[in-house]
Amino acid sequence: MSELIDRIGVCVERGKVNIASPFPNDMKGQEGADELTRQALDAGVKPDEILQTCNAGMQRIGERFSKNEVFVPELLMAAKAMHAVMAHLKPFFKSGTVKAKGKFVLGTVAGDLHDIGKNLVAMVVEGNGWEVIDLGVDVKTPKFLDTIKAHPGCAVGLSALLTTTMVNMSKTVAEIKSNFPATNVIVGGAPLTMDAAMKMGADGYSSDPQGAVAFLDRLSIGG
Amino acid sequence: MKSILEALHDRKVLLSDGAWGTLLHKRGLQIGECPELWNVTHRSDVLTIAKSYIDAGADIILTNSFGASPTKLRHYGLEDRCKELNEAAADISRTAAGPGHFVLGSIGPSGVMLLMGEVSEDTLYNDFYMQAEALKKGGVDAICIETMSAIDEAVIAIRAARESTGLEVACTFTFDKTVTGEFRTMMGVSPAEMARAVRAAGASIIGSNCGNGFDQMVDVVKEIRSVDKTTPVLVHANAGKPVMKDGMTCFLETPEMMASKINSLVESGANIIGGCCGTTPEHIRAMAKVIKG
Repeated sequence: MSELIDRIGVCVERGKVNIASPFPNDMKGQEGADELTRQALDAGVKPDEILQTCNAGMQRIGERFSKNEVFVPELLMAAKAMHAVMAHLKPFFKSGTVKAKGKFVLGTVAGDLHDIGKNLVAMVVEGNGWEVIDLGVDVKTPKFLDTIKAHPGCAVGLSALLTTTMVNMSKTVAEIKSNFPATNVIVGGAPLTMDAAMKMGADGYSSDPQGAVAFLDRLSIGG
Repeated sequence: MKSILEALHDRKVLLSDGAWGTLLHKRGLQIGECPELWNVTHRSDVLTIAKSYIDAGADIILTNSFGASPTKLRHYGLEDRCKELNEAAADISRTAAGPGHFVLGSIGPSGVMLLMGEVSEDTLYNDFYMQAEALKKGGVDAICIETMSAIDEAVIAIRAARESTGLEVACTFTFDKTVTGEFRTMMGVSPAEMARAVRAAGASIIGSNCGNGFDQMVDVVKEIRSVDKTTPVLVHANAGKPVMKDGMTCFLETPEMMASKINSLVESGANIIGGCCGTTPEHIRAMAKVIKG
């Protein structure tokens, strides 16, 4: 049984979605996250255990991404495999058998239409056990404020790719902090640095999705 | 008039232009506004920018059409105006360049990924085809597919541009330095892999744009030259990595700093040199002094 659970984690890490998926090359023809999760649930494995092994798999691929050992395609495929698992686990989330670590509101700031980086963060954070509320791209400040109000206790992530929209990010951070001082805000995107993030008043900065997970996990354990 | 490739035969290095986006913002383009719509609504502003690079000494200028693909224009509800905006972009640069300078029609990435099934190969092909065709109609001499990161998308774009225009096609990728010191695009493509794939797909000029300044570009060009000694290499470099200063975004490499590195870039094997984010007509003017003496 534990071998089956481990295999699900490996499928997530390697981005093996299902038996039909040709990715990755060396796992062609093998069962993937989809089939193995069904089998595990049918065999009576607790959804919690499956979620944990998947979170660990996402964590491993996220760390390898941070070290530039893998790149966007590998991370996207891992997220796709994670989604295949989550499709089976959805009913257990609904019934409350399985709980998310917390809520993470995420969006690309006003004036910026780039979503690839933001989507990667959403997938990895979700894959690590958080409920992600993705507001999309070109998100104006009031939309962030309304969403924070509707989800008390949530953490917020802001993304920007353009140097020109970093200015908007700065304004959004200030508005969030003045309306909801206790809300934790993390920022990221190609033109950003830790220094720029701190100057705009954010609580955290990450250059990659795994850093966002580390930031959130520190919050959830009250660290 | 000769083609860009023929001109490269005669002269070792051609000078290209610098950034457009920052200059558009200086002229009042708002953040979140569609830059390419300005080709129609603010033609004289766009024309002034194009001319400023010709005046600075550029042999080649690009067009204000980087994001004018149907997919990108859709966000502004402008997807039906793809042909019009690209043709206008080309016409503006053609007017600024006159017959004595080259115009490269700019085409950026679609912003969606084939890998994730967000878009089909046919849709991508048709979009690139339409954009390139309209740029040719507006008078460009060649097409420049730039800021690419994925080989599959770049190959489709090159094929579409060649088949719709028959013009010379340049293709440049954007590389970052990894923690281990190699250069890769966000999709994991190395300069050497890029060079082989893009050349095989039919690009007649290859290279790199954006990035983190001229120093790193020297290394990128060296890697390209390690697998391809003959294909002309184009470099459009940022003026360093952007930093925040007093709430404003700044690029720290001055015209003099960039100009001082031209020779090492040429020695590493670059044939067409220009700027990307953060560069201005002043940067191009300083580079012109080095290249043209």
